[in-house]
Amino acid sequence: MTWDQFFVTGDPLILASQIAIALTMVGLVVLVTYLKRWKWLWKEWFTTVDHKKIGIMYILAGVVMFFRGGVDGLMMKAQTSRPELEFLDAQHYDEVFTTHGVIMILFMAMPMLIGIMNVVIPLQIGARDVAFPKLNALSFWVFFVGAMLFNISFVIGGSPDAGWTAYFPLAGKEFTPGVGNNYYAIALQIAGIGTLATGVNFIVTILKMRAPGMTLMKMPMFTWTALVTNVIIVAAFPILTVALAFMTLDRLFGTHFFTVAAGGDPMLWLNLFWLWGHPEVYIVVLPAFGMFSEVISTFSRKNLYGYKSMVASIVGIAFLSMLVWVHHFYTMGNSGAVNSVFSITTMAIAIPTGVKIFNWLFTMRKGRIKFTNAMLWSLAFIPCFTIGGVTGVMLAMAAADYQYHNTMFLVAHFHYVLIPGVVFAVFAGLYYWWPKMFGFKLNEKIGYWHFWLFVIGFNVTFMPMFFVGLDGMSRRMFTYSASTGWGPLLGLSAIGALILAAGFAALCYNIYWSFRYASRDVGNDPWDARTLEWATASPPPHYNFAKVPEVSQLDEFWENKKAGITGLKKNEIEEIHMPSNSWTPLFMAVAFGIVGFFLVFEWFIPAAISAVLIVIGLILNSFDYDHGYHVSVEEVEETERKWRGDLK
Amino acid sequence: MSKGHKGFPWNHVIGFFLSIALTIFAVLMVQYTDFSKSTVMFIIGTLAILQAAIQLFMFMHITEGKSGVINIINITYSVFLAVVIVVGSIWILTTGHAAH
Ligand code: HEM
Ligand SMILES: [Cu+2]
Repeated sequence: MTWDQFFVTGDPLILASQIAIALTMVGLVVLVTYLKRWKWLWKEWFTTVDHKKIGIMYILAGVVMFFRGGVDGLMMKAQTSRPELEFLDAQHYDEVFTTHGVIMILFMAMPMLIGIMNVVIPLQIGARDVAFPKLNALSFWVFFVGAMLFNISFVIGGSPDAGWTAYFPLAGKEFTPGVGNNYYAIALQIAGIGTLATGVNFIVTILKMRAPGMTLMKMPMFTWTALVTNVIIVAAFPILTVALAFMTLDRLFGTHFFTVAAGGDPMLWLNLFWLWGHPEVYIVVLPAFGMFSEVISTFSRKNLYGYKSMVASIVGIAFLSMLVWVHHFYTMGNSGAVNSVFSITTMAIAIPTGVKIFNWLFTMRKGRIKFTNAMLWSLAFIPCFTIGGVTGVMLAMAAADYQYHNTMFLVAHFHYVLIPGVVFAVFAGLYYWWPKMFGFKLNEKIGYWHFWLFVIGFNVTFMPMFFVGLDGMSRRMFTYSASTGWGPLLGLSAIGALILAAGFAALCYNIYWSFRYASRDVGNDPWDARTLEWATASPPPHYNFAKVPEVSQLDEFWENKKAGITGLKKNEIEEIHMPSNSWTPLFMAVAFGIVGFFLVFEWFIPAAISAVLIVIGLILNSFDYDHGYHVSVEEVEETERKWRGDLK
Repeated sequence: MSKGHKGFPWNHVIGFFLSIALTIFAVLMVQYTDFSKSTVMFIIGTLAILQAAIQLFMFMHITEGKSGVINIINITYSVFLAVVIVVGSIWILTTGHAAH
């Protein structure tokens, strides 16, 4: 392999990115050195096992990935904004929709949601941390390294280009001989380890570490959705692990799991991919449902309507989500019986989802609604998501799907599900929990700009895509002739994407503005909220709660506020046991990254040698006898006095 | 410990005899009948599942203790997943146009 095969060359856009990346990296190193922040970074962030900090790092990574995925989206919209444009060629367009899809789902949606779960769940159940704090750090770093490995593909070696679904035979060595799809197989595998570990960690945390008295049916709704989400993760991610392992074997070692030669079956890949892929959709959308539930109930100043039916519908969705995967390939040539059964299960999912929509509406009914930013996102979610849901039921009918399949109608449909269901939710969650994470609110006025630009831009971008889809435009088309008549609608859609981008810019500006100017005086409970995370300081001390709360009812904190029982007595403070920082998670993740990089380029000897680093990491971990440290009563008292007026 | 350890261990005795009976039954099935191969496989498979259930309930006490219910839910869910994934995939991949 020569240097110009190693670095991607010959495209001015990519050359510009390479230069920009190099400059940014040098710039960051210089900046951190200049500000003398290396030690701080290492102690406070790189080696931390604190769930709140890990959560913040997840969210930060998610925002950066949203930017990258968003730029990909804009490039595609620019390319199709007019007939016969020559901005991106076919190959480049393929690469861009592939990285866009993978990054948005696995490296934007997942870390955003897991990040918010990390920050909120332990606080919401009254715990000091997650069950396995060090594993949690490993999860983050492994995810991060996997994401970075995937991201460098476009400047080093070449991007994957077989779609985010990487269907065989296209994704096989025969048709895509470059390293692009190796990146797909290996980077996703590495990041997947992190996700699976997160799944185990949160199931144990939620089942075993709830505050005394908090029975399952007294858990806040976000905790419920997080629990069920993580159960689905543990059920579904191993399928992806196996499928990716087969793919790796096929591509790197010449096996034939998915290649027709020697008796493999490409359809086996589709089948396994969607066995994971559909549950994945619910993995990203269920936590969002939980966040909306919290926000809607807080700002309607009412209990969540139909708590039990909410729980039942979440569990029902989890169950059904494993039974619908064929709806992604009705046209593959299945038997009539298969298609009919999966049509019915797919339509059935609309039932529990509908129950939830009505529960939110009834929660708002007769409530004293406060139109904060978080609430606005929740309100906009309902109609937008319903459009996504209704078009989903249209697609669910196998016979009709032969018309819709792989058209822009489908692309519009899943963006109408994913953007309201994930992105709006993440925004609602960020505005809502921001003061808890950082001790100041995001500016509500700039927030309105963010909200209106984004929601209008979103609808203008994706609504026209339904119509060009019905008119026959298939997905992943890099260009079209003027005689199709799609030009005006796609032009409108591209303008929408610009408005959308302006909305995102408003969010970034809001974060910047609020960091600099927002009032630091928000107290522990700025929204007059209901759940336990608001009972401690904002931002919470590293030990979360001076005294672990006791729970006897749903919305304990709210009921206590009404009854006037808050505050902390001095003699209730005890010594607190906390886990120590550790550098092994970061070390192991980097080792995974190095091995992964060598595997991508099929340099097996260096890969085998650097795999020793992973083993060393495992050994170091096994002989780590650090049992954490204790926070003294005086220190706790000191910290609590700073923010509480009610220390007795 | 749990109440299973007081009094005469009926559970263990019954479980013991049942598992012996199931084993003998399986041997008889293979040695002394002339059912077709697939019938024999089917019956032995069923016996094996019963056998596993006896082990879990009579000897490994999965219903006892704090996590009894969770264990049951776990096992049922895992079985559900395994069946969906394996049977579902076979059904889908063998009945479509692959069958023609
Ligand atoms: C932010 C604004 C966004 C824009 C402008 C945008 C635009 C697009 C476009 C133009 C395509 C390709 C259509 C085609 O030619 O087939 C696409 C595909 C896709 N998008 Fe987005 N999108 C956005 C956000 C998202 C988000 C938030 C997600 C997921 C959470 C997402 C997930 C996907 C996926 C999975 C694909 C399919 C990729 C493939 O065909 O392999 N997008 N998007
Ligand atoms: Cu699906």
